[in-house]
Amino acid sequence: MQEVIKHVACPYCGACCDDLEVTVDDGKIIEVKNACIIGTEIYHHASREGRVGTPRRRQPDGTYKDITYEEAIDFTAKMLIKAKKPLIFGFGSTNCEGMAAAGRVAEDAGAVLDNCASICHGSSFLAIFDTGYPSCTLGEVKNRADVVIYWGSNPAHAHPRHMSRYGIFPRGFFTGKGARGRKVIVIDPRYTDTARCANQFLQVQQGHDYELFDAFRMVMHGYAADVPAIVAGVPKEKILEACDVIKAGRYVHIFFGMGLCHSDGRNHNVDIAINLVRDVNEYTKCTIMAMRGHYNIAGPGIVWAWQFGFPYCIDLTKGSVAHMNPGETSSVDLANRGEIDAFINIGTDAGAHFPIRAFEKIGGAGIPMVTIDPSVNMAATVSDVHIPVAIVGVETGGICYRMDNVPIQYRAVVKPFNGILTDEQLFDKIYERMQELKNAGIECDGTWDYATPLADVRPIKEVYQ
Amino acid sequence: MNTVTITMVKQPQLFLEADLITPDQFAGKSIEAIGAIEISEGKIKYPLASFAKIEGVSGATAAETKIVLNGDLTRVKRIGQQMTAGEIIINSNVDMYTGGWMKGGKITVNGNADSFTGIAMAGGELTINGNCQNHVGSAYRGDWRGMTGGVLRVTGNVGNDIGTFMRGGTIIVGGDAFIHVHTHGEGGTIIVKGNIQARVGGQSVKGDIFVNGKIDFMMPGYKYVEDVEKDVDGVKAVYAHYVGDLGERHPEAKGQKVFTNLYLKK
Ligand code: SF4
Repeated sequence: MQEVIKHVACPYCGACCDDLEVTVDDGKIIEVKNACIIGTEIYHHASREGRVGTPRRRQPDGTYKDITYEEAIDFTAKMLIKAKKPLIFGFGSTNCEGMAAAGRVAEDAGAVLDNCASICHGSSFLAIFDTGYPSCTLGEVKNRADVVIYWGSNPAHAHPRHMSRYGIFPRGFFTGKGARGRKVIVIDPRYTDTARCANQFLQVQQGHDYELFDAFRMVMHGYAADVPAIVAGVPKEKILEACDVIKAGRYVHIFFGMGLCHSDGRNHNVDIAINLVRDVNEYTKCTIMAMRGHYNIAGPGIVWAWQFGFPYCIDLTKGSVAHMNPGETSSVDLANRGEIDAFINIGTDAGAHFPIRAFEKIGGAGIPMVTIDPSVNMAATVSDVHIPVAIVGVETGGICYRMDNVPIQYRAVVKPFNGILTDEQLFDKIYERMQELKNAGIECDGTWDYATPLADVRPIKEVYQ
Repeated sequence: MNTVTITMVKQPQLFLEADLITPDQFAGKSIEAIGAIEISEGKIKYPLASFAKIEGVSGATAAETKIVLNGDLTRVKRIGQQMTAGEIIINSNVDMYTGGWMKGGKITVNGNADSFTGIAMAGGELTINGNCQNHVGSAYRGDWRGMTGGVLRVTGNVGNDIGTFMRGGTIIVGGDAFIHVHTHGEGGTIIVKGNIQARVGGQSVKGDIFVNGKIDFMMPGYKYVEDVEKDVDGVKAVYAHYVGDLGERHPEAKGQKVFTNLYLKK
């Protein structure tokens, strides 16, 4: 019998659209309404052919053999206890319940706990530590903002419904005219599809946003006359014009993306953006928000800040003292420097997202590796063990934090494929097994008897030479 | 002054955290007691003696203790962290946080040092006869109080974030720097004898920056004032004097706004 489930939240991007209608027939997803194309796809993934329904262990010849959950949990628990500095990285695509359970495991294991922010908006966190975060909710942007700036972000492709639900087009309480009542400024090195919706487009020279922000701040501090004729490729008149629009706005909002936090200077690009917000507040109301990528990548920041006091890059190897210093305790640096001896890739794909030279140090170094993910991703293909889990927002519900740190209740629309576990159940079982093993006398002695180096992973240099 | 010599005899699989290698910790201890000092590799703690041979005698106080480190220390972090007096000589490359939060005494590294060297340094002398990576003399994440005192000298090149949130002391770089020098500075002096790519004095409130080489991309917020003659690290030369960052808040003293001074060698 067909059933239409309403008010479903989309487990894809940080816009967390919660107005989806999913038609289900006999446990199969038939149709998804209201979602954008990428959102729709995630639901159809669930019923695709070729999904993995049981944990798998890599064999010496590189093929995979199905194993039981007990065996997979035992391998993971033992690895976490034995390793001197295991890294648990990912959490881009899971719920807060799974993150909290992983936090308990990481603390017990003395692991480094890190999430995808480390390779994404982590640098924005650093800026927020330095200068604060004068932010708001997406509802405030929709209902109040009459000047919207997208800086270094391209929601037309990365968050397809962001502009229509929050940023540019919606009619809100004080913004009854919708797009006609809003001034939109886009600042980007490329003329993006988002820029096509803008009233003003400033083409900043790649990697020079910091200088452009400085020029904006000079205007706000009354030094407009001293702004050079061209800053970061943008003519002075255009900067002054944009500043006039900003000063005349009733409520100005800046959305910033990876253009800032992943070009040279990283955190300082965001830090100066936040300082510009402070300056603009001398003239009118102004707020700022990071365009977080995944639907719950804001989640680990919230959950772990509550558990450990830090949002990411948390080194728990010293027991009760959590230490955080990205550059040292960040996943890519740990991998690059050869500072970890076990790796769990959960709810992300380090194989696809790490710099290749960092990932080959994990995949090629004989470091034991476990991937926890519903699908066979690149990291899963080089892991010792791959444990499939239920897809959050499709097969299991839970709390997820939207990009503005508003929690959204996600829900399951179908049952987990083949009865697979959720992330939370899996981590709870790993925790229980760790206690059993510790009670049986297994301890960290820095020795291995089970790591199986992959013979065919060669340094990338060799492959291309 | 008494000397304790430490020679690395074994390399760790990962990295060692040796924040207890300071004259303060060694002072008044026997060689056996120094050998029992804990260093950690991930979650395992080892006695120092399991990685190094220890010889000599320590002084009664930190000020009377000198530590000489030989062998390969490339994978050892946090040497000299929070030291208050005495001397450390490292005849090797070292890893991160060397001389971090140090308050006094003297460290000399005859080799390269990694990132966070002299982070939040408050006093003493830290000399790296080699190159450094990033965050030299900078603040710890989220701390608005960076380096407050002391002299940090790097003879080679450095990366980014040199003296971020600096409030006092002096950083002298013999070679080039990448980006972000004296960002958010609230005091102190930075001298870079080589070139800097960009972002010198961004968001800087006050302090002095001297650059003997070229800056590829100047911050728009710096304004030329006049040419001046200055004595920089013992050498007199004519510099173009700029003030800024005009895009940042600035305090007032005697009815005048106080700016950061950027001196660019002519
Ligand atoms: S915009 Fe994002 S959250 Fe909304 S439907 Fe598309 S992918 Fe899902």
